[in-house]
Amino acid sequence: MRYLPLSAADRADMLGVIGAADIDALFADVPAAARLAAPIALPRHAGEAAVERALGRMAARNRAAGAGPFFCGAGAYRHHVPASVDHLIQRSEFLTSYTPYQPEIAQGTLQVLFEFQTQVAALTGLPVANASMYDGSTACAEAVLMATRVTRRRKAVLSGGLHPHYGATTHTLAHSAGVQVARLPAAVDAEAVVIAAIDADTACVVVQTPNVFGTVTDVSAIAQAAHAAGALLIVVTTEAVAYGLLKSPGEMGADIAVGEGQSIGNGLSFGGPYVGLFACTEKLLRQAPGRLCGETVDAEGRRGFVLTLSTREQHIRRDKATSNICTNSGLCALAFSIHMSLLGGAGLEKLARINHARALRARDALAAIRGVEILTGRFFNEFAVRLPRDAASFVEALAARDVLAGVPFSRLDPRAGLDDVLLVCATETTTDEDIQGLAEALNAELAA
Amino acid sequence: MTMLNVGRPTRPIGVLAPEAPAGHGKGLAQDEPLIFELDRWGKTGVDFDGEDDDLAAADLDGLIRTEAPALPGLSEPETMRHYVRLSQKNHAIDLALYPLGSCTMKHNPRLGEKMARLAGFADLHPLQPQSTVQGALEVMDALAHWLTTLTGMPAVALSPKAGAHGELCGLLAIRAAHEARGDARRTVLVPTSAHGTNPASAALVGYEVREIAQTAGGHVDLADLAAQLGPEVAAVMVTNPNTCGLFEREVLEISRLTHAAGAYFYCDGANFNAIVGRVRPADLGVDAMHINLHKTFSTPHGGGGPGAGPVVLSAALAPYAPAPWLVRDGDRLRLEEHGDGGASLGRVCAFHGQMGMYVRALAYMMSHGSDGLRQVAEDAVLNANYIKARLSGVMSAAFPDGPCMHEALFDDAWLEGIGVTTLDFAKAMIDAGFHPMTMYFPLVVHGAMLIEPTETESRRELDRFCDTLLELAAAAKAGEVERFKGAPFHAPLRRLDETLAARRPRLRWTPPAA
Repeated sequence: MRYLPLSAADRADMLGVIGAADIDALFADVPAAARLAAPIALPRHAGEAAVERALGRMAARNRAAGAGPFFCGAGAYRHHVPASVDHLIQRSEFLTSYTPYQPEIAQGTLQVLFEFQTQVAALTGLPVANASMYDGSTACAEAVLMATRVTRRRKAVLSGGLHPHYGATTHTLAHSAGVQVARLPAAVDAEAVVIAAIDADTACVVVQTPNVFGTVTDVSAIAQAAHAAGALLIVVTTEAVAYGLLKSPGEMGADIAVGEGQSIGNGLSFGGPYVGLFACTEKLLRQAPGRLCGETVDAEGRRGFVLTLSTREQHIRRDKATSNICTNSGLCALAFSIHMSLLGGAGLEKLARINHARALRARDALAAIRGVEILTGRFFNEFAVRLPRDAASFVEALAARDVLAGVPFSRLDPRAGLDDVLLVCATETTTDEDIQGLAEALNAELAA
Repeated sequence: MTMLNVGRPTRPIGVLAPEAPAGHGKGLAQDEPLIFELDRWGKTGVDFDGEDDDLAAADLDGLIRTEAPALPGLSEPETMRHYVRLSQKNHAIDLALYPLGSCTMKHNPRLGEKMARLAGFADLHPLQPQSTVQGALEVMDALAHWLTTLTGMPAVALSPKAGAHGELCGLLAIRAAHEARGDARRTVLVPTSAHGTNPASAALVGYEVREIAQTAGGHVDLADLAAQLGPEVAAVMVTNPNTCGLFEREVLEISRLTHAAGAYFYCDGANFNAIVGRVRPADLGVDAMHINLHKTFSTPHGGGGPGAGPVVLSAALAPYAPAPWLVRDGDRLRLEEHGDGGASLGRVCAFHGQMGMYVRALAYMMSHGSDGLRQVAEDAVLNANYIKARLSGVMSAAFPDGPCMHEALFDDAWLEGIGVTTLDFAKAMIDAGFHPMTMYFPLVVHGAMLIEPTETESRRELDRFCDTLLELAAAAKAGEVERFKGAPFHAPLRRLDETLAARRPRLRWTPPAA
């Protein structure tokens, strides 16, 4: 077995050193009734070539996003990731290291986390960012719980523009913690009715911009209303490239910003692993979940970095911790940080503008099609359209024409009564030929 | 051009090394500033296509940030240097044994990296039509088959994103199951030796946490468990093998008592790597157990994630599993993403979980096969017992009688009166080329040193490790306290001031005051 260095002779010899008669003697504490005498009924070991063949066959049964016209977004976005990013994250010292608990021999990872936190803080416009969460949805749920701890209130108001998976994830966690969750109805301009839902029991308001229908909103007025009622504002962003162009959550008055960082540095990977971004105001720092990396000095006065404020965390505080999170998304955060280091603020802005321009072009192409109604007014790189009939069946029909036309809203929330709504996303990877392919396929399908 | 060396061979010269010039590095180890100190403000290291687009974004007037994010952009060569230099300041499993107990730092097969990067997996959107992702669903189905077969459990929820997330998911299922019967139980029992995530997860789900005592032999105290069980107890969470590296030999009695009290038996599966292929958790009476794919099935730890924490569930808990789950319709697979009308606890994350980890874990399982996985457990246990046997004469094993499982636990009794602490000893290991073991955990053992070698260490590396520790131990006992008190001396940095970091948190770079 290629991954097991011990030989039969090693094993026999080591058993001798231990003073055990055989390997079974080392498993003596297992109750006799639970000992398996023979290997479990599963395939036996296989060489690399055989495993590659089997998994390669499975991979080949999928239609890769890049294999043709592709317009899916809704919380996961296809962007170009520079080749150097994937090369660097496969460096053994990053890939095969553990959480940096021994800072003297983990400065590589720690400095990256410090740079990552600085980047996330700059993007979100807030002073403090943590070292990552599992993904945007769990970051959102943790932000809501944090707001209830800070305000000592037990109600969260979730905008109808919030990604339904984020709403569902937040609901699961908040419900078990005894927090009441008010999810407002899904609507393209759902932010307009959020303020009316804030009351004296509200711990936090959760709004997403660009929202799940693509609508971009200046949420400053919602921030003011929330603050006037003693509630916190949590701003969610599922498309991190938008940070390059749009007003930052901090600039609009957010107390907590959470985001999905996948767009920067990380591929689609069928939904995971991704990287949750989490930033907040200074005042809220000690209630924040997750790991924090801080600057300090070593015994000779040289600058170094350590994990810090760990008295918030599960391994110290156990049932009084601010979260149960342990493993987070270290390597995805590294990929994010490397890609962001290449882009810089200027590059991210340019990338964001290109995304926006591509989406406008897609919008214009679809707007010209009879039977297609553009629903989203002001958007970043994603917008909603209304089709003459059920969007899911349209998407299936277009997939048969090798065009992945977008995400039917009913896929995210079948109960919203928005079955004819399709979410369409374009990025810098979307070519004019792709847009033309989508338009032609839609035309053909509408004519059919 | 290469330098002409002919006729000028170098040879060692007996001259003492002068101090390295300050501020630029030492030998091949380069100093590296922060990206913010590289003078790349306003620049970018990415070239963009599509220059014919109108980039004015006039339609977003009033919604645009006043200026681009204040972040530097490095060219590709600068980027490579920056991260390669940083990487060299890290220890890694590819460099040497990484004996962190409870963490399972084993070799990460590169086949998994290669497979996860196939375009059919890596470049796949989670919300593409399901007809276009049948191969991805096949991966999930195959992984589920391996996990349920290896554990003997009827169901698995794949989506949790790490071990602690799996704990949360399992406890949510337990809570949902009790609530479905109108049985509002408030308490979860957790041994004092448990991972911190156990009580933290229970608290997150709204449970009160009570601790179960441990026997002098390092096992769950059955009498205390029996005394604490009652109608208010929702679940008992036990790690098995436990965090002392011991198999809970009374596990069948633990599960019997738990079930008799109407509670569920949650097993923390962080140490499943010690028993995979030799013991099925279902045969121990387990109701729910998370499996850290990044431990037992060796997806890379990546400096702190990402991991994956699927939870296997008993028939009693399976109806409460989170969405999504797989359904087979004839020869097609379908993801049920909403769990309409069912008892599902809801969603624990967006999309379908850690696909990238599923592919890697499946590659690992297929490579090892059922025979290889059994050998994994045996070699992991053999290696730990070998270390325990080799070090026990000098260091004090916390539980000297009988074998350990996959990790060897020592206490600090052997250091008493020397003036060297567990921390000092661990830091001195760094100077000798090894990452320290897990220190001061489990909390129930004084000055704990928890060593987990895993099955992927050779006899030679184990001996190198043991020889090093024995040599260090001899130095400590000989009174060479200075070697320990100030350690490490040879790492990229000396000991760091963690108190300062916490007292005056600096969590991001800020421009130096003008």
